[in-house]
Order: sequence, then structure tokens, then C-alpha cells
Amino acid sequence: MRANLSYDVSEMRPMSRKDKILKLLKQFYSQRYLQVMALLGVAWMFIFNYIPMYGVIIAFKEFSIIRSVAEAPWVGLDHFRAFLDDDELPSVIRNTLGMSLIKLVIGFPLPIVFALFLNELRSLRFKRAVQTVSYLPHFLSWVILGGILTTWLADVGIINKVLLALGWIDAPISYLAEPQYFWSIVIASDIWKELGWSAIIYLAAMAGVSPEMYEASTIDGAGRFQKMWYITLPSIKGTITILFILAVSGVLNSNFDQILVLKNQLNESASNVIDVYVYETGLASGRYSYATAVGLIKSIIALILLLIANSVTKKINGHSLF
Amino acid sequence: MLTKRKTAGEALFDGFNILGMLAICFITLYPIWYVLVNSFNDGQDAMRGGIYWWPRAFSMDNYVEVFKNPGIMTAMGVTVAKTLVGTAAHVFFTAMVAYAFSQRELIGRNIYLLMGTFTLFFSGGLIPFYLLIRDLGMLDNFMVYIIPFLFSFFDLIIFMSFFREIPGALKEAAKIDGANDFSIFTRVIIPVSMPVIATISLFHGVWQWNDYFVGMIYINNMDLQPIQTFLFRVVAQSSSSQIVAAAGGGVDRTVTSQSIKLATMVVTTAPIVFAYPFLQKYFVKGLMIGSVKG
Repeated sequence: MRANLSYDVSEMRPMSRKDKILKLLKQFYSQRYLQVMALLGVAWMFIFNYIPMYGVIIAFKEFSIIRSVAEAPWVGLDHFRAFLDDDELPSVIRNTLGMSLIKLVIGFPLPIVFALFLNELRSLRFKRAVQTVSYLPHFLSWVILGGILTTWLADVGIINKVLLALGWIDAPISYLAEPQYFWSIVIASDIWKELGWSAIIYLAAMAGVSPEMYEASTIDGAGRFQKMWYITLPSIKGTITILFILAVSGVLNSNFDQILVLKNQLNESASNVIDVYVYETGLASGRYSYATAVGLIKSIIALILLLIANSVTKKINGHSLF
Repeated sequence: MLTKRKTAGEALFDGFNILGMLAICFITLYPIWYVLVNSFNDGQDAMRGGIYWWPRAFSMDNYVEVFKNPGIMTAMGVTVAKTLVGTAAHVFFTAMVAYAFSQRELIGRNIYLLMGTFTLFFSGGLIPFYLLIRDLGMLDNFMVYIIPFLFSFFDLIIFMSFFREIPGALKEAAKIDGANDFSIFTRVIIPVSMPVIATISLFHGVWQWNDYFVGMIYINNMDLQPIQTFLFRVVAQSSSSQIVAAAGGGVDRTVTSQSIKLATMVVTTAPIVFAYPFLQKYFVKGLMIGSVKG
């Protein structure tokens, strides 16, 4: 009886597993077109996302261009230690975090303020016209904007002409040649370029606020500023939170395109940020392993910052990215 | 009495708000206008400065030089080619994968999606990517503008959220007629997805048009560099030799490297500025779809 039972079970298991596989294969065959379409994408991700992720192991090796990755000798954490001992580390960190934090403090709230005032415009047509104009700089490349800035900030440029005419300065200043102006130029030009574009998302969130709330507050005697502060702003809290999490996790990202256009040897002490450092030590000087180690440190810190920002905002106001 | 005072306050608020907005519009447009008027001014004359509102000595010479310069024209051609080919390929490929990923019956769907989601949070970084491109033989190869940017998981999310809204009956009807999944995608899905296709095309097209970085690090052959990389070398590295060489060759000495630079900037930007009011409704909508998904 007992033997019989075990015989039955062992007979049934392979059968059902075989059936399952057969059914799966059949199903797979019937969706073969779909699978090819999907697997092309998977193959692309494998090559262009996952092979470079595997490639970060050269951060722990002494890779050189004449040997393959497999042949390169392991060096453990040597490159990470070398970065911590590097003379340039303090200025690289200061420039990266300094510019990012000022951008976070000034550049993050400005589009919200802009959207709040745009939302108060009574004429829809005027509002749309202002929006159209304000998005435009987002579509200009940093190279073009760099060209505009170098023209404006040159010794004979419009900025110097105006300041000289006003008597604020006695002699023209080469703004891009002086490190002390670099951060301000980066932050101001970034705001100029992205103010309108960043406001789109907030405006869309504001469009969802019920008009009845405004009507009720009018009856209660609320002014325009009070409506902005007590109704509009709290209604877009969720959107603000999500964008804030993303902004915090990006503090180690500099705007590479922008800084590369504006930096030069004279302003180097204020313009050398992590991304530029990785690019220059890695590709320009050929220290592949070292630059990869620096890039890896950055990626890991960014991931940790994202998780921290996410959990903190979740606790504070209940909104989070995931 | 009370209502009247409130309207006065309101009117003041509205007045200042409109003034502030006009100021922002001026600050936004004036730098672009400044480049435009200076590019239409005689180059030698412009060096004296002081051209703020209108050209002082109107001249088309800068533009004539730009269109005569073989280096600039080749770079323009590269930019047009990579924008057209790159955008078409990116949109088709990403939409195709997104359609497959959006089908619930797809075996392995969750693994594929997880694999993609992870790429949003972690990447190998610049150096391993560079080494990959080198190993694939794509240095100094036009394909470096296309193949490494065929796909974007972020765009895939936007496509998927659009495809979800398409009624299933459309697909079922085609299936009954004997169409396979690929021809359902090309003949049924693509024609009804034009709004999202326009949006992604716009975003990717603008990126392709504006990017100088790919041309800078993966391309050494000057005949393969796009116009933005050409301008980057002129603007950031002040290596105006390419432009000066062209300007010095002509009999016409009224142009300067600065005036040709401004004219090149205008020619480079003009297509985007002209196309953009017509495309505005698409990018606003596209940003919404993207933001809803987070």
C-alpha cells in the first residue's frame, strides 16, 4: 500500500513538470514574435547597461589599455585610497557640493514661486504666452548658451559695458577667467535656462486644485497671497516632495554639459567637479581604473542619498517616490 | 467699502504680477535677440560693441561665410543625419520593446521589467561605457550616435503607460485576422500612438540635435563631428582656427571669427526655435505622462 502510494507520486511529479514545461514552451512559441521584440530590448540592456556595470570591476584592478580586463591584476581598494589621499579631493568635493547645494536652495524653490505667480494670472492667453517664452531656453544647447555667455561676459561684452556706464566698476572684469565668479555664473545661467521648464510640472499639479476651494476662501476674505500659501502650495506638496527627493539624490551630479563649456584653466579651482574630474583623469590622462573608482564612489553615494531622502520625506509628510 | 478696497489690492497684485512676468520674458528673450542682431551686423564694426537693439551696419556676410565654410556644412550634415536616423531608430526600437513589455501574457515580463528598473538607479559610469564602445569598434564610427542610444527605459515607461490606454479590442480584431504581434505593433499600435510618438521624438530629437559630448569623446575624425561639437571646440576651447581659416581665405575681410561664431550659433539654433511652437502641445503632454508614472 505504502509502496504503491510512493510509486504513484513519483510517477505523477515528472509528468506534471513535463506538462508544465511543455505548456510553457507552447505558450512561448505562440508568443514568439512578442518574445523576439522583448528580447531585443533585453539584449540591448544587457550590452549597454549591464556590461558597463560589470566593467566597474576595473576599479579594483590595475587596468591598462594594452591588456584585457581579465588579465589586469587585482589591486583591491588601492584606487579608492588614492582618491582619498588626492590633493584635489577637497576642492573637487567643495565645488561639487557647493554648487549643488546653492542650486538646491535657490534653484529648486524658484520654479515653484514662478509657477505660483503664473497660476495667478487672469488672462489665459497671456499666461500661455509667458509659458511659451519661458520654455524656450530649455531647448537651447549648453554650447549655444556657452557662446552667449562668453560673448556677454567678455572684457568688451555687454555686462562690462553696462557696469562701467553705471560706474559700478572702474575697469572691465574677465568674469570667466576669475574663479570667484564661476559658481554664480553656473547657477544664474542654469536658472535662466530651466526656470520655465521646471515650472511645467507644478503648473500641471496646480491645474488639478478644485476651484471651489478658492471660492470658499474668497468668501472667508482670503487675499491672493493667503490663497497661494494656504491652498495652492499645500495642494502641490506631493509633487514638490517627489522632485525634492530626486534633486537631493542628484547633488553629486553636476551639470556636466554646462560646466565643461564654461570651465577653463584660469577658473579651474572653482570649476573642477566630480564629473569633470572623472572625465579628465579617466579619458584625458588614461587613468581608467582610478577614474572608474571615483565614479563608483559617486554612484553609490547617490544611491544612498536617494534612499535617505525617500525615507525621510516619507516620515515627514507621507509622500515618497517608492 | 470693503469690496472696493479689496479690488484695489487685487488690481495692484495683478499689475505687479504682469510687470514681473514681462520682465522675465524680457530677460529670457533679450540674450537671444542680442546674438541675432550682432550676427546680422558687419563683423569689424561689431567689434566696437554697442549693438544692443538693432544692427548698426546690416550685413549678411557672416551667413554667407557660414554657408560657404565646408567644415561647418559637413558638421551640419552630420547633425541632421544623426538627428533624423537616431530619432527614428530610437522611437521605433523603444516603442517596439515597450509594446512587448506591456503585454501581460509575456513570459518573463517581471524579470525584464526588474532588469530595466535597476538601470534607472545604477549605472557603470563613463569609463566602463567608453571601454565598451571602444571594444565594439564604434569609435570614429557614425553608428556611435545611433546604437548606444537606441533604447531608454525611461522612455519605455512613458510608452507603456500610453499603450495601456489602447482598447484591447483593436488588437484582438487584428489577431483574428491572422496578424502576428509584430505586424499588430506596426499596423495597429503605431498609427494610434502618434501623440506619444511625437512627444518622444521631440525629446530625443532635441537631445540628438543639441548633444556635443558623444561627438567630443568618441569621434576624432573631423568629418564625423556634429555642429554642436564643432561649436564646443570654438566656444570652450577657443580654438577658432577652423573658423578663422575659413574667414581668412576670402577676399571679404569684414567678417571676424566672433561674427561667424554668432552666425553659426543662429543657424544651429534656428531649426529648434522654428519647430518649437508647433511641438509645444506634445512636450507638455509628454511631461505629464512621464510625471504621472513618477
